[in-house]
Amino acid sequence: MALDLKNGCIEMAHGSGGRAMSELIDQLFLPAFDNEFLQQKNDQALLTLPGYRIVMATDSHVVSPLFFPGGDIGSLSVHGTINDVAMSGAKPLYLSASFILEEGFPLSDLQRIVRSMAKAASECQTPIVTGDTKVVEKGHGDGIYINTTGIGVVPNELTLCPQNIQVGDKVLISGSIGDHGTTILSARQDMDFASELASDSQALHDLVEIMVATCPTIRCMRDPTRGGLAATLNELSQSAHIGMLLDEVHIPVKPSVAATSELLGLDPMYIANEGKLVAVCPADQAELLLTQMRLHPKGLDAAIIGEVIEDSNNFIQLRTAFGGKRVVDWRYADPLPRIC
Amino acid sequence: MKYISEFRDGELAKNLSKKIALAANTNREYRLMEFCGGHTHTIFRYGIPDLLPANVRMLHGPGCPVCVLPMKRIDAAIELALRPNTILCSYGDMLRVPGTEKMSLLKAKSQGADVRMIYSPADCLKIAQDEPGKQVIFFAVGFETTTPPTAVIIEQALQLKLKNLFIFCNHVLTPPAITGILEPAKQANKKVLDGLIGPGHVSVVTGSAPYDVIAEKYQVPITISGFEPLDILQSILLLVKQINQGSYLVENQYTRAVSAEGNMKAQTLMSEYFELRDKFEWRGLGEMPLSAIQIKPAFKHLDAERCFPITQKTSTDNKACECPAVLTGQKKPTECKLFNNPCTPENPLGSCMVSSEGACAAYYTYRRSDFISSDITSHKEH
Repeated sequence: MALDLKNGCIEMAHGSGGRAMSELIDQLFLPAFDNEFLQQKNDQALLTLPGYRIVMATDSHVVSPLFFPGGDIGSLSVHGTINDVAMSGAKPLYLSASFILEEGFPLSDLQRIVRSMAKAASECQTPIVTGDTKVVEKGHGDGIYINTTGIGVVPNELTLCPQNIQVGDKVLISGSIGDHGTTILSARQDMDFASELASDSQALHDLVEIMVATCPTIRCMRDPTRGGLAATLNELSQSAHIGMLLDEVHIPVKPSVAATSELLGLDPMYIANEGKLVAVCPADQAELLLTQMRLHPKGLDAAIIGEVIEDSNNFIQLRTAFGGKRVVDWRYADPLPRIC
Repeated sequence: MKYISEFRDGELAKNLSKKIALAANTNREYRLMEFCGGHTHTIFRYGIPDLLPANVRMLHGPGCPVCVLPMKRIDAAIELALRPNTILCSYGDMLRVPGTEKMSLLKAKSQGADVRMIYSPADCLKIAQDEPGKQVIFFAVGFETTTPPTAVIIEQALQLKLKNLFIFCNHVLTPPAITGILEPAKQANKKVLDGLIGPGHVSVVTGSAPYDVIAEKYQVPITISGFEPLDILQSILLLVKQINQGSYLVENQYTRAVSAEGNMKAQTLMSEYFELRDKFEWRGLGEMPLSAIQIKPAFKHLDAERCFPITQKTSTDNKACECPAVLTGQKKPTECKLFNNPCTPENPLGSCMVSSEGACAAYYTYRRSDFISSDITSHKEH
């Protein structure tokens, strides 16, 4: 029976393991993710990997709204995991995708999401080679949850980790901060913002490839997603037992993001990104690395934002554009908008 | 950002900083209190203390609406939120404020209460219209700044004949809070501060005139200030000059927004629906007469306090908490024994640690490097 992709909805049967599930896979997932591994219709994918070390990362995606300017949960679930793999300096090779669908979820939305995932995966040349679908009763899920796992390979000589960081190193960011989080906030229901905001959701593996080729002594890379730049830098400083001193004037923030966060009383330093990376590299390599990053379309606004300093308290400090200094705290939870 | 970045210019800040250093007499101390939590936030976020000479010291006042709300009002909001068939609407920064036994609106939400974070009171109207079967309660909090929007939704609820919107009114007034700091000091024949940075957004509504009496009575110069860092630096310079001259006038630095008489339309709207409470308890400052407002009896069908039973709890703050001394400028947050251990923004024991505008939270978040290094120094000295 043909799925009614226009008006149909997810039913419990689509997760039952029976014919309904097979129809969903054959008519919706397979055509979108089409590749030799999935065509075998095994419960697993048999992969051949080059003789490097293997990197593996997994990420579950829950986002409201599911569709937002600059992306959707589908593209986000591909980019997020590819970036987690790529931050090790690895080349991402394969992805898995696991769906938890809520009974009643429109098939047309599912198709839109799946096509968006397929497009993202294809652009990154990282096929989705295995997957799973479960259906939960109506009221027991938020429409759709997607888990993706990625594997990639990293050359033997490359080990990027916070422990490599040394006092005197420079801290770089690949572009403007806070784009994704402010877009999601303003796209949420009940917030009627007219603005040019768009999520920065994108895969960074190609930028990473150029960066490690330019500067093999790069110490460490991270993508500052939840908790924003502030959380990522605090994590690094705690792991590496160092401090950092940043220059506010050099941290790129788009005017629309600055204005939205200003209105809500939020600080872009704490707002999520989905297509930016932070890198720490030796001071004498920083300018060269920056030049190469800026030549790449995903690093046009890259900047050197600060340096690593000795600090037994592992504080991230910020020289404000105004001329003072403050700590960039590692917050316990998401910041909440202020009253006035 | 047009019209914002101009007020955050580092070069202009340097100039003002030099002017303050030149104007400040090295033989004396200048204790200046910023009333508003918004000012406190700006001061720390932009690192203004680093631009001031050591003898110009900022004290942080009680103008943080989240901080001054006593625990029993938070308890009441939580109790209202947990009522069946109820939606409680609240501004974001009230959600984590702990009530008795560390309960909060967010925790109530996780226990099944329908708590909605709103960005404007107008959102409550929409929710009440969309959910006619639910009782929608707005947890109204704030000084004169947030009172007019509450008055507007009362007016609109009346026009729309909405039967399911209620206001839990916790609006408080600024002048009694300033008097609450200055009067006890006057009684004790002490001067606790040399100048006051007056509220900006509040004054947009009230005008600058209400402060004339205060400046005169307590002989303290007041500068109504904007919230951008250059506004604050300029206000500090104006105060230093007044203090040098021995004058105590109300000056208006925030002329782009504040007039002497204020926003008459907003004032009329407020007096239409609200009346003074005989007394109201402030966290940190205690019970103060005529310091808050309530909904007039004519509109009691909108007043959550009159429509729903609320348990009167007698919850008290931790005894070692120095919030009263911090809120009145007598102590720095770091002089409290509880500061940083165990009182932190994750585990706030006192009112000043609960909101990002509270003095303790601002110290903790933005200046922790100062006191931790000074702790190390003092440790070495012992």
